[in-house]
Amino acid sequence: MSADTHGHAGQHHGHGHDHGHDAPHSTRGGYITGFLLSVVLTAIPFGIVMGGWIADTRIAVGICAALAMVQIVVHMIYFLHMNSKSEQGWSLMALIFTIIIVVIALTGSLWVMYNMNLNMMPGMDSGAGM
Amino acid sequence: MSETLTKMIFGRLSLESLPLHEPIVVATFAGVALGGIALIGALTYFRLWGYLWKEWFTTVDHKRIGIMYMVLGLVMLLRGFADAIMMRIQQSMAFGANEGYLNAHHYDQIFTAHGVIMIFFVAMPFVTGLMNFVVPLQIGARDVSFPFLNNFSFWMTASGAALVMASLFIGEFARTGWLAMAPLSGLDYSPDVGVDYYIWALQIAGVGTLLSGVNLVATIVKMRAPGMGLMKMPIFTWTALATNILIVAAFPVLTAVLAMLSLDRYVGTQFFTNTGGGNPMMYVNMIWIWGHPEVYILILPAFGIFSEVTSTFSGKRLFGYTSMVYAVLVITILSYLVWLHHFFTMGSGASVNSFFGITTMIISIPTGAKIFNWLFTMYKGRIRYELPMMWTVAFMLTFVIGGMTGVMLAVPPADFVLHNSLFLIAHFHNVIIGGVLFGMFAGINYWWPKAFGFKLDKKWGLVSFWCWVVGFWVAFTPLYILGLMGVTRRLRHFEDPSLQIWFVIAAIGAAIIAVGIAAFLLQIFVSIRNREALRDDSGDPWQGRTLEWATSSPPAAYNFPFTPVIHDLDAWYDMKSRGAKRPVTGYLPIHMPKNTGTGIILAGFSLVIGFAMIWYIWWLAAAAFLGLLITAIVHTFNYDRDFYISAEEVTETENARTQVLARLGA
Amino acid sequence: MSATTVTTGETPVFYQLEEEHHEPGGSTMLGFWMYLMSDCLIFAMLFAAWGVYGTSFAGGPTSHELFELPLVAVNTAMLLFSSITYGFAMIAMQEQRQGAVQGWLALTALFGAAFLGIELYEFSNLIHEGAGPWRSAFLSSFFTLVGTHGLHVTFGLIWLFTLMVQVARKGLIPANVRRLQCLSLFWHFLDVIWIGVFTFVYLFGAMR
Repeated sequence: MSADTHGHAGQHHGHGHDHGHDAPHSTRGGYITGFLLSVVLTAIPFGIVMGGWIADTRIAVGICAALAMVQIVVHMIYFLHMNSKSEQGWSLMALIFTIIIVVIALTGSLWVMYNMNLNMMPGMDSGAGM
Repeated sequence: MSETLTKMIFGRLSLESLPLHEPIVVATFAGVALGGIALIGALTYFRLWGYLWKEWFTTVDHKRIGIMYMVLGLVMLLRGFADAIMMRIQQSMAFGANEGYLNAHHYDQIFTAHGVIMIFFVAMPFVTGLMNFVVPLQIGARDVSFPFLNNFSFWMTASGAALVMASLFIGEFARTGWLAMAPLSGLDYSPDVGVDYYIWALQIAGVGTLLSGVNLVATIVKMRAPGMGLMKMPIFTWTALATNILIVAAFPVLTAVLAMLSLDRYVGTQFFTNTGGGNPMMYVNMIWIWGHPEVYILILPAFGIFSEVTSTFSGKRLFGYTSMVYAVLVITILSYLVWLHHFFTMGSGASVNSFFGITTMIISIPTGAKIFNWLFTMYKGRIRYELPMMWTVAFMLTFVIGGMTGVMLAVPPADFVLHNSLFLIAHFHNVIIGGVLFGMFAGINYWWPKAFGFKLDKKWGLVSFWCWVVGFWVAFTPLYILGLMGVTRRLRHFEDPSLQIWFVIAAIGAAIIAVGIAAFLLQIFVSIRNREALRDDSGDPWQGRTLEWATSSPPAAYNFPFTPVIHDLDAWYDMKSRGAKRPVTGYLPIHMPKNTGTGIILAGFSLVIGFAMIWYIWWLAAAAFLGLLITAIVHTFNYDRDFYISAEEVTETENARTQVLARLGA
Repeated sequence: MSATTVTTGETPVFYQLEEEHHEPGGSTMLGFWMYLMSDCLIFAMLFAAWGVYGTSFAGGPTSHELFELPLVAVNTAMLLFSSITYGFAMIAMQEQRQGAVQGWLALTALFGAAFLGIELYEFSNLIHEGAGPWRSAFLSSFFTLVGTHGLHVTFGLIWLFTLMVQVARKGLIPANVRRLQCLSLFWHFLDVIWIGVFTFVYLFGAMR
């Protein structure tokens, strides 16, 4: 990446990155869309659980978890303005890396503790109750 | 009535908290007090307080902050090593009827403090200090992204260290080992202040470390000189990037688990208790999710140093730069997939143990690749055995063996025999001393002239080097042997007299290392005394290849009068070989951040909060917390944080350098 | 003398001799994002603890008995509303309408305070019923996870009030804009965490 300028006063010399003007532009439409989606994605799980709409608990759990994931993505896009351009892609990379670590730490802990409880804690239930 | 009042004012602090019945501690206190008074007296007599406050304590200059970290690490090294010597002596004499000179209550605090200090207050400050000093220079920047935060981070680390030191004289320290495993660290088994000192020291220092991590990642991502793409960064900067990513990703886990432990101790929660549904194994699990990345946080910068040193002192570009970068990235990710190897024996079963055993063995591969790359860099190079290079060669030989014992431990069935034996102790000292500490010595000898303008004395450096290398092997080989024979760690007394000879040899090794440390201190003293003879005027005493060697020694406050433009890897070497001319006119005013006292004040409040919480002095904790909050908020109302170094001043500084370079015939 | 790109045949330029336009605060957003990622990891470990301890009732009250979902639904609504009011504050900020910014921020604070109030009410009820954080590991992890989120909301509110004062005094200068953007990230991030909380703690807990 070579320095590229055209000698404009105030033109930023850098490795190609903007000033804080690559701050995402919010739009009313964006926020309202995100808001409405979130309302729906919140109402459904609450309805399922409070209204007992689904008999099988495991399916209910699965749907609620999935809808939570979707709503998190909605928040990321519409409220946090997550995209692959922000901070030259570093924001997205940091997020993906964090998600990987979170998944490793969560699944690893649950797996390890489940096995620990199984082998070392007679009388306790599985311990990883989710 | 007055007892309740006393309890309210002083919490559980009382005159009994002073260890007046422990002669060793009293003697230590006397020594420290005398030394402290002498130091403070000297500073006052020579009227240095103003200078210290303005130029060092409130500085936001990454170079000065880096140096302060190194000073902190060195002071704490002496304390941590004192603990080590005490243990070696105890273990070499306490057989059969001889109980040694340390009772269990004291001994347990010593091995705990030794570990806590060496990891958190020696290794981490050394690593952070070097990264702080070097990285902005290597990337052609003027400072880090968040200079105020940098100052704050340092003082938070210092506050943590202060709490650990205070525990020696007021109250006591934890007796749980350096990771304070539950349930031993819970209220039932450690009701005294020791574990609370541990928790608060680490939480406070942890804030500093985490913010430092954020700071350096942002710096490396955002503040590289134009033309320095990621694959043109110096390899030390790459390892710094990986290290700080690891810090940001790992330290929150420590924060969380220590917070849970402190809730158990302060509020009575049931996270790690034996009753109420708690599960101490979760503590072990969580603490090692942090703990394993932590050791990679320590070693990766050392790897970076070795890459720079090998390349510079072989006079060759680093072999396999791309594979080195990938190795670092792979190590970073894999370091999150191995943590269970620290507790194979806790009982998670064959599937879990096998998975983590395999990942542990895999992670040795990229490290091995790096060793080969260093060797290939040296091959057909014109090697100069200056001190940094000597430390590097010692590292290669020492660390590789330590790594091999690590692979042995990675095999779960073998680990069932060796876990928590002296073999384990020998292994991790092998890799931490041979890897991290040798790396720090290499880095200190390498970058000292850059920081201070004169080299370190070679003769005393050689004495220190040989004492450390020989001393290490004499001290720890017996521990490998003892471990294979089944001797457990953290014991202060043994029944079997046939073991004694090994402990005596180990003690001799420790004594040799002590000479090495003394020689290191002498090296510094002699170098300062002879600094005119050792002076480096060129700014590039080693024929360096990276940008920090383009600056004067020491660099000006602003580092570079003009930001360099990068075209290739080993940017300074590239500039030298293509005849880049240092501009000698046209200097412009330079925008710099102002010094600030807020960092040290906030850290001071944190120290008080920690101390108050430890001793249950609730009113003081609340007051200090309020002070902290108000100071932080008031600080944000100050928008006037920068100033300009005038073009005249830059010109003056640079002209002086031009003259010096001209005298050298450069 | 200006820095130019390297072309073949020319001497390469090694120094940037023009006035360097160093953007003040150029690292702030990335730095704050990294801090948020680290905060995410603290919450991840608290969720891990919930995963391990969520059914460790120790013979005491269970999540099914204790959780009042209607109240949680109201709370969730409060937080979601506060997110959109903050969003409108950001739009007003982009349009440089200082009065509107303050108005929307005040509304956000109101919703945030309502959220905290309801949560404190819930906590004090639980404690009165004998279901405090010391009762069982389940309750320890519940109070810690939800409480840590609440603490973050509290600090967010303190920050919000401080910013309102600073905007009133200095207007929508670049430094304040950066700060509002950081608080925006923080505030929405707290709503993201809450999605995890109401789903994995309250809804799942109620189903047990």
